[in-house]
Amino acid sequence: MKEITKGAIIYEPQNTYTYLTGGWRTFRPVINYEKCIRCYICWTYCPEPAIFKRKPAGEPVPNERVAEKDVVYIDYDHCKGCGICVAECPVKAIEFVKEEK
Amino acid sequence: MKKVLKGNEALAYAAKLARPGVVAAYPITPSTTFPEKISEFVANGELDAEFIPVESEHSAMSACIGAAATGVRTVTATASQGLALMHEVLFIASGMRLPIVLAIGNRALSAPINIWCDHQDTISQRDTGWLQFYAESNQEALDLMLIAFKVAEDKRVLLPAMVGIDAFVLTHTMEPVDVPEQGEVDDFLGEYRPEHAYLDPERPITQGSFGYPEHYMEFKYGQWLAMEKAKRVIDEVFEEFARRFGRKYSKISTFGVEDADVVLITMGSMSGTAKEAIRKMREDGLKVGLIKLTVYRPFPKEEMVEAVKNAKVVCVLDRNVSFGFGGAVYGELAAVLNNLPERPKVYDFIIGLGGRDVTRDDIRTVAEMGLKAANGESIPEINWVNVDKEAVEKSEGVMR
Repeated sequence: MKEITKGAIIYEPQNTYTYLTGGWRTFRPVINYEKCIRCYICWTYCPEPAIFKRKPAGEPVPNERVAEKDVVYIDYDHCKGCGICVAECPVKAIEFVKEEK
Repeated sequence: MKKVLKGNEALAYAAKLARPGVVAAYPITPSTTFPEKISEFVANGELDAEFIPVESEHSAMSACIGAAATGVRTVTATASQGLALMHEVLFIASGMRLPIVLAIGNRALSAPINIWCDHQDTISQRDTGWLQFYAESNQEALDLMLIAFKVAEDKRVLLPAMVGIDAFVLTHTMEPVDVPEQGEVDDFLGEYRPEHAYLDPERPITQGSFGYPEHYMEFKYGQWLAMEKAKRVIDEVFEEFARRFGRKYSKISTFGVEDADVVLITMGSMSGTAKEAIRKMREDGLKVGLIKLTVYRPFPKEEMVEAVKNAKVVCVLDRNVSFGFGGAVYGELAAVLNNLPERPKVYDFIIGLGGRDVTRDDIRTVAEMGLKAANGESIPEINWVNVDKEAVEKSEGVMR
């Protein structure tokens, strides 16, 4: 049986997360960690949001200054491939690659 | 306390007595004196509400929806083009199950521009999922407004409601009105404390959410059920109102239908004129009766069927028209009767558009047409009453 509420009110916070929108993507943003300077501009601009931060786990880094900073990563289950991160990245560290099988 | 009030003032007094938290409104003739009166109440401290003067009717309804979604009692008013401009947001109010109450000064729609009475504005909002009440007098205006809050906010209903009063005939006409005491209304309405839609940081919710094809229809069926349940709730609230205030309403009121050959159906202020006309016709031995339709949504099917079952002919006086079909009430009544094994004939009379007076003579003309049909004569199914057809046919041309 479906769960129906009066007025289509959703009482469970953040349940949009269970709806996966990655399949909408035509181009996939791919971060080049050797160029990424950890400025978090992509993280700021991502409208989904599908860009998150996590503690560094051995990814290559461009210089020692950023070695201890959180790295950004893309949640491909939710990234719709809008390309805003690609356009906003100040060091062109995000490539936009066509999704192909 | 008895006061002499214009129709809009009666509606505004009712709104004030309901103690709304927010009133967002944009003025439009003939409804303007409603927001004027409300802003006066707020300015002089008689009403502790947020009065939001907005830049359009679309904004008025949108602000009301936003306010109601926080869990506060909300009311506004409009008419005609203003109601038409609200159209798309009216669906949102009902879909979000926000019991907003909307006072209407029933007015014709442009073009040509016309500020006078007919029911085209509210009838055109028939399918927006709002309850619809139509008043015959200023006392009814005040009472139905209070009743509208109670029905709309009932947990079994939770649908918005509009209360229509005829432009100028009621909005700007003074009548003695019994205005209940604040305490009496407080006891009747209680506080609006919704369980479904309100804002609380401790209980984060999403309102106005997305509805995918696998869920949308269930939400619409929910609105359908609420409207069906409203039929009984309205009866209960009418009963309670009568107990508390001594004035008894019903979805339809009948006047001599039991032995009538011809039953007329009216809405709004012309019902009073129709009663007068029928009283005279009864004296002349003509068996004519009347149904006054007070609640148009939900459409009181069962009561209608019961009231017309003994008649030979029903004449619907529609103060609205659906071009290419006929009047709204005519079409709906015909549909309601369709599956009965025996049913009266139903004819439509388009009347009183754009403030054309509906006189006792007009009512008699309609009834006499109905009596002809009752005697087996053939009459047109759709009739335009008191129209200079010759002039129009000269201008438009006629295909024969």
